Amino acid sequence: MIEALPLSALPASAEALRPAVRAFLDEALAGRPTDRLARSWMGFDAEFSRALASRGWVGLTLPREYGGGGQDAFHRFVLAEELLARGAPVSAHWIADRQSGPLILKYGTEAQRRFFLPRICSGELFFCIGMSEPQSGSDLAGLRTRATRTADGWVLKGQKLWTTNAHRAHYMIALVRTHGGPEDRHAGLSQLIVDLSLPGVQVRTIGDLAGDAHFNEVFFDEVRLPEDAIIGAEGEGWAQVTAELAYERSGPERIYGSIVLFDAWLAHLRSLPQVREADVALAGKLLAHLAPLREMSLALTAQLAAGASPVIEAALVKDLGTEFEQAVPNLLADALYAAPDDAPPEMLLRTLHYVLQVCPTFSLRGGTREILRGVIARGLGLR
Amino acid sequence: MDALLVESFEKLIQGTCSPATVRAVERDGQAHALWAEVEASGYLDLLVPDEGGAALRDAFPLWLACGAHTLPVPLAQTMWARGLLAAAGLPQTAGPIALAPAARREAGGVLRCACVPFGALAQGLLLRTPEGEVACVPLKAATVQRSGVHGSLQADIVFASLPADALRLPAATDLQAAGALITATLMAGSLQRLLAMTLQYANDRAQFGKAIGKFQAVQQQLAVLAEQAFAARMAAELACAEAGLQPHRLRAAVAKARAAEAAEKAVAIAHAVHGAIGVTAEFDLQLVTRRLQEGRGDFGSATYWHGELGRALLAASGPTVPFLLQALLPDAAARADTAG
Repeated sequence: MIEALPLSALPASAEALRPAVRAFLDEALAGRPTDRLARSWMGFDAEFSRALASRGWVGLTLPREYGGGGQDAFHRFVLAEELLARGAPVSAHWIADRQSGPLILKYGTEAQRRFFLPRICSGELFFCIGMSEPQSGSDLAGLRTRATRTADGWVLKGQKLWTTNAHRAHYMIALVRTHGGPEDRHAGLSQLIVDLSLPGVQVRTIGDLAGDAHFNEVFFDEVRLPEDAIIGAEGEGWAQVTAELAYERSGPERIYGSIVLFDAWLAHLRSLPQVREADVALAGKLLAHLAPLREMSLALTAQLAAGASPVIEAALVKDLGTEFEQAVPNLLADALYAAPDDAPPEMLLRTLHYVLQVCPTFSLRGGTREILRGVIARGLGLR
Repeated sequence: MDALLVESFEKLIQGTCSPATVRAVERDGQAHALWAEVEASGYLDLLVPDEGGAALRDAFPLWLACGAHTLPVPLAQTMWARGLLAAAGLPQTAGPIALAPAARREAGGVLRCACVPFGALAQGLLLRTPEGEVACVPLKAATVQRSGVHGSLQADIVFASLPADALRLPAATDLQAAGALITATLMAGSLQRLLAMTLQYANDRAQFGKAIGKFQAVQQQLAVLAEQAFAARMAAELACAEAGLQPHRLRAAVAKARAAEAAEKAVAIAHAVHGAIGVTAEFDLQLVTRRLQEGRGDFGSATYWHGELGRALLAASGPTVPFLLQALLPDAAARADTAG
């Protein structure tokens, strides 16, 4: 049975980080239109990421000896909350900061830590995560990309799909098969760090319905990797990935994805001589959903900070969070076009339509709604 | 809150409040024996301030337990009222106390409190008059008439005027927010129970040769039920995160609105999973779902509180997250001791 998530509190030292981040963002984001900011953690801006890094805000939770900030998960929560609340374009460093860095710290060798972590923290190296494949999406354990041992390393052969930022990242942490076949399921999987500049790696960008290009197909044609490309234990890839997904699913990015749109709508309402009662109630309804979600997300952070891996609880919060993120554009689209005489500003409508078009992806990436509910059902003892 | 204290409270409720007791109280509209046990336990005075003060957050786990067992007496409401009376240096009103934040004046100055939750059992009423007076009154001279549907303990309470022995409380006392927050916490407890009962049934009931909980369609629904129960619980805990006795109106609004929305979804799923047995009088599910359905409206529905929240948000300037952090969510001091 899943245990209830108790109300947590941010330590004062973490809260103290907030004003500096706000001040930085006031300057760094000035003048950026809301339809760009609405891309939030899908917005890629290497220069912005490096500016954050120069302030010590990339790899905040990594130890100081590896160039990190040496802070706990609560500090990262505050930083992430402020970045996401403003729609800061954090995509370039986000995956390395959230997943790859902590993964390398936890499972990597000392040499891997010394090489990668300082470069992640400086904003020099960006990462992507190679999980899905053409024949293996939700059914991740059926993946076929294979790394075969050679005398001095590995040969990688296969294909990844829907890999966000593969065309702009320097490294991929790929989940691949090192033993057995697809029928062996979770056994025989390992994680490898793949240098995407190596011969035999080909990245093809896939355009999306919003005119953006963030995900890719990545081909590995006999890519020769060094011995130390493996991260963690051979055959333990599934367990490592599961722990990593708790990071991916528990962050505040699963609740604030539509907040730029919501704020733009509120600004529009505030400019009207009179707000319809239905719109007042809608604003309140969304706020009533957001408040406990934020606290549930913070409660997950408290569990991470305490060294736990709240896999099931993270699935629960992600599912609720993405439902909220999708409700915002859907309900606002209806509300805005219920009052065409209010002449909503063009930028608000552009922002709305962007989020409306991409919002189905909110409950796909990082595990689909149906998969997450299956995880929750397992936590409830039903499977 | 001392974990042992919570544990012994849960034992008390479990021991005194069997489904048979709940049914008897709901049928008869009286609960003398049950109330005597509650009173003797001493828990009613948990919020009576001592040197350390009294905090709503101490009551949270206890009120959850009341909701989980569908305790058919207004223990939570009485606990809060007794705390207020003591804090104001006033004597106590005997027996169960119900809350009525919206008394109406009728012809001849008669005061009518409509559809008071647990009103059928109340011996005292903490009410707010249309003139804005807040007072606790014994109900000796009042007419109490059950107003709810089958099994409901709601009542219309009517009296000629505020009696001479009414105990006046500060006019700023927000009875509606307190009622909303208490109801939301009871509902959060009931939702936890609803989840447990529905899981149990899904594991026990077999169709097509296997437990219905093995079917993905049912599993997905149960996952949603769990999500709603968790969200409602967090919203209630937020609202109870107070170092004092006065509720924070916006947090109470979040709790009540979220509990009402959660109940709507959760009750539908629980009944869908149970099928026909779930609506029978003899099966215990209805004890929980009837209470949840009724609670959705008590002290303001979801839309009522959405309006309050929306007005507060729109009256502020700037983006939502700073508003959330500064005007809505509890500060670190109020959160202290809430964990665990």
